[in-house]
Amino acid sequence: MLNYILRRLLILIPILIFISLFIFVIMKLTPGDPALVLLGERATEQALKQTRIKYGLDQPLHIQYFKMMENFLKGDLKSINYKENVISVIINRLPATLELGATALVIAILVSIPAGIISAIKRNSLFDYFSMSIALLGISIPVFYTGIILMYIFAVKLNWLPASGYGGHIWTKEGFKYFILPAVSLSFVLMASTTRLTRSSILEVIQEDYIRTARAKGVKEKSVILIHAFKNALVPIVTNIGNQVAGIFAGAVLTETVFAWPGVGRLAVNAIFRRDEPLVFGCVIFLSAVYVIVNLIVDLVYTLINPQITYE
Amino acid sequence: MILRCLIVLLGFNLITLIFNLSKTTSSKDNLISYLLFILVTLALGFLLTKVRKANKINSNIQTASALTWKKLKRNKNAVFGLIIIIILVYISILAPFIMPHDPLEMNWGKTTQKPSLEHWFGTDEFGRDIFSRAIYGVRIALGIGLLAVVLNTLLGTFLGLIAGYYGGRVDNLIMRAIEMWNSIPFILMAIALIAALGSGLLNLILVVSITGIMQFARVIRSSVLGIKKADYVLAAKVMGIPDRQIIIRHILPNCIAPIIVLATLRIGEMILTIAGLSFLGLGIQPPMPALGSMLSSGQQYISENLMMSIVPGTMILLIVFAFNLLGDGLRDALDSKLSN
Repeated sequence: MLNYILRRLLILIPILIFISLFIFVIMKLTPGDPALVLLGERATEQALKQTRIKYGLDQPLHIQYFKMMENFLKGDLKSINYKENVISVIINRLPATLELGATALVIAILVSIPAGIISAIKRNSLFDYFSMSIALLGISIPVFYTGIILMYIFAVKLNWLPASGYGGHIWTKEGFKYFILPAVSLSFVLMASTTRLTRSSILEVIQEDYIRTARAKGVKEKSVILIHAFKNALVPIVTNIGNQVAGIFAGAVLTETVFAWPGVGRLAVNAIFRRDEPLVFGCVIFLSAVYVIVNLIVDLVYTLINPQITYE
Repeated sequence: MILRCLIVLLGFNLITLIFNLSKTTSSKDNLISYLLFILVTLALGFLLTKVRKANKINSNIQTASALTWKKLKRNKNAVFGLIIIIILVYISILAPFIMPHDPLEMNWGKTTQKPSLEHWFGTDEFGRDIFSRAIYGVRIALGIGLLAVVLNTLLGTFLGLIAGYYGGRVDNLIMRAIEMWNSIPFILMAIALIAALGSGLLNLILVVSITGIMQFARVIRSSVLGIKKADYVLAAKVMGIPDRQIIIRHILPNCIAPIIVLATLRIGEMILTIAGLSFLGLGIQPPMPALGSMLSSGQQYISENLMMSIVPGTMILLIVFAFNLLGDGLRDALDSKLSN
């Protein structure tokens, strides 16, 4: 087990090297001079030259790459725009994104798993049709459309909640108000696919022999479903939730844009627009590492819920 | 019945086409629309006659495709989705004739107007007709979405076939490469790529079509792994038939079911991705009417005119919803393993 974790963590290194090379090549392919973007159109040739030297933009490409990599690993790669360490810029924005993502995920799990189980038990009932229709709607609606509609109803018309922005941590009263709309719109997408998957995997498990045995033994229906069926249906559900966590970061870029949320997603997008090469480099490597580590955690959770799966 | 309707439609269209050509005022855009219309109608008619023939000849012996069609027809949701898709395809092909206004025509005297008889869904911040823009937006979204899915399917299937058939080192290499590719958050990669390549329609299609190859290749690979062990593949190998022919003649036809299901479900995702990129200002560039960027400006004018966000948003929802309905139905009809 420990061996497996170590090996997976070691694979992380070539993956991150590949990603860093890839993003570096993309950045260098992008037309436009970062120094010009930074100083503006009217900058003198002298000033441009100095800026290029300051950020090492005048050196050959492979030296630039190694320099960037070295600085990043040492932890003193500086963002051009923020004049600050890339890692600290990202860490400053991280709580907003993490809190938003975690809230959305918790809402999604709390709603979708019970909804999926009830739909599976009461198959073809009114509730089943209703929740499946909502779920189908959920996977078809763009996250920014949900956001705009919620914003219109609750912020523009009813004036109950603030339309956009970040008001502090979720546990503060003022901050919580700002969390509701973005978290609900982000969770709607997650909810939809988890509900569908929970329903179909419970339906599959319910046909197994051990469920029939449990029922024949006279086990209460409640514990048949919750203990025997749900536990066995959990593997695909956890896989899906793991994929969702990665999806949250993608969805967060759009959600953060709609709600002017000061998170990592928007930071990365703005960095690309502003040609802030070190920051783009840092953001992409950081987000990719998070993604890979989440996948590893999901794989490890499998062993907890299904003892048949072991890793050598 | 449906067939007769189609023939009448086609005939009517041909007459208007000849009439328009004789006037020599029809633009290139209109001509393309006419040709596409005829092509799609003919294809639909051809499919319908085939289905009818299959039903007539013998109801006891049924081919696989007839069985699938039967299953699909019983699924009301899938039929509903299919009908919406056909309607949307026709609307987008015939967009130049349906649009009551030019989608690019600005009118500074009539900005952010509420729905009226002249402008059915109102006007946007430049006084452009929202209804015309939405129809044109659907045309662009469907066009790009379909093209991207075709590319994506070709690429994913190719990689999956190679990885599954040859196995060993090739398989390892392809799967690891795809895994690495997939560990970069997609939307960031797409934004970076579009920033590097420039935001044109072609670049957009290319960037979107390389997403989700992983999922595609994986499914195809696993079904190839199953088929590879079949006796007829072994027989073909023993007979000395070259690998390329075995793959095309024996393996590919047996992977068609998952390919169709995956491709249908992916169209919806692709259209969502394209809309998302346009929303961020990276997809289709203004003044071209794109549903995503219409929503983005709709958000800015949310208190002036809600129609600016509702119309394009609902259009995206409708397209994706229809493809998801059809995809679910196809999965149930084609793939007994995946259906519940």
